[in-house]
Amino acid sequence: MSSQTVVVVGSSVGGVRTAQALRREGHVGRIVLVGEESTEPYDKPPLSKQYLAGEWALDRLALLTPEAIAAADLELRLGVAAVRLDVAASQVVLADGAVLDYDHVVIATGAVARPSPWQAGSGVHVIRTLADVDGLRADLAAGGPVVVVGGGVIGAEAAATIRTLGHEVTVVDPLATPLARLVGPEVGRPLEELHRRRGVDTRFGVGVEGIDGSAGNLTVRLTDGAVLTAATVLVGIGAVPNDAWLADSGLLIDNGVVCDRYCRAVDSDHVWAVGDVARWQDPRYPAEVRVEHWTNAVEQGAAVAHNIVHAEDLQPYSPLEYVWSDQYDWKLQIVGHASRGGRFEVVGDLSADPAKAAVLYADDDGLLTGVVAVNWPKPLVTGRRALNAGATDFEEFVAQIRALFAKVSAPAAP
Amino acid sequence: MKVQIDSKLCQGHGRCYDLAPDLFGEDDEGYATLTPLTADGNVPDGREGDTRLAAANCPESAVLVFEEAVNDRR
Repeated sequence: MSSQTVVVVGSSVGGVRTAQALRREGHVGRIVLVGEESTEPYDKPPLSKQYLAGEWALDRLALLTPEAIAAADLELRLGVAAVRLDVAASQVVLADGAVLDYDHVVIATGAVARPSPWQAGSGVHVIRTLADVDGLRADLAAGGPVVVVGGGVIGAEAAATIRTLGHEVTVVDPLATPLARLVGPEVGRPLEELHRRRGVDTRFGVGVEGIDGSAGNLTVRLTDGAVLTAATVLVGIGAVPNDAWLADSGLLIDNGVVCDRYCRAVDSDHVWAVGDVARWQDPRYPAEVRVEHWTNAVEQGAAVAHNIVHAEDLQPYSPLEYVWSDQYDWKLQIVGHASRGGRFEVVGDLSADPAKAAVLYADDDGLLTGVVAVNWPKPLVTGRRALNAGATDFEEFVAQIRALFAKVSAPAAP
Repeated sequence: MKVQIDSKLCQGHGRCYDLAPDLFGEDDEGYATLTPLTADGNVPDGREGDTRLAAANCPESAVLVFEEAVNDRR
């Protein structure tokens, strides 16, 4: 495939790492990386943390060094969105009218923040991109209380960051505890307590009725009748796949690009999808899944690169889910499934300050299904290996992690 | 090619030592280390791809890869 061209659409982590993986897998033709934003490709996880806090400048977020671009021989087309995919002609059409012919195209356009359903004059933000966070920072600089709507990863991390910057912060979420889509109350309640200890007013189990006013003078009406005043509101209520540009492509688009088990669009052997925009047939599950985690974008990019370069050795993609979140001094890591099934064991103490603990989860058959670790990577990586190996006896695993905990929590020798 | 682990950046995601267990290891807490193969900072010949793979998978950019052997100026 020496003369073949792969066009990768999307310059966030999924697209960038796919492009690099193609070269690593031995692709020798052109690799063109298209990105809507003119900024050099940047990593998004720090946006709600170090970048929002002003601790890191933009250059710390770079996904590619000039050396890495040269090593992978990438052609970057930044600052111009792809506006149309012509599957029949094998062409990507860009906003400036340019047309890119491809042999394979990888759709890695990610997701966009779900827009706020509550309209106000100004001062209501979502965060997803660098520009979003710059806009939020500009309003935060004027001071005043902040209401964060949504206690998921983005909302909870941003609340921690904004509180640490010194603002009064209130978090509102109709679910019972923070990160409720990832972890149960056994982790969510201690996490909520951490926010409260740090001075955040938390309103879980309460929804938002409406937001009125404008920047510096907003009111947030809650479903329990309470009214909060805020200078700035951040709405973090999830993301939706960035697939509107594919509406007339003829591809099956349904909450993302619908793909087979090889992450190849069900309609074309030359169209692939990676990251938040990809909904693929994971062989473990009855229906297609879409995963918005950073590591999924990177691993799926590697899988797609392999499948493009080694068409004779197509590999189904079936990753072990892994996600992390940093809030105050909590480094929270989650592998596998922590929120399903009822049985769990806690090793260590999540309510200690600082916390150091792991929560281990089992299914009805007594097998390990997931691990949540706080400020303690060892049980997480131990659990990931066990989950990859499969059929790990839960009681034995609990004993193993308890022994690890006894080892690291023993007083140091005098 | 040269490689380092920035231990101030490493948060123990464990991606590097899962993906290239002979090039990267872990300490008692789960944070990444180099191994006897990489302890001198040099990537063994032929292992550049695995090193790049580990770096690409590090969420903290804590696997520092130097494409040119900058000290190799004999």
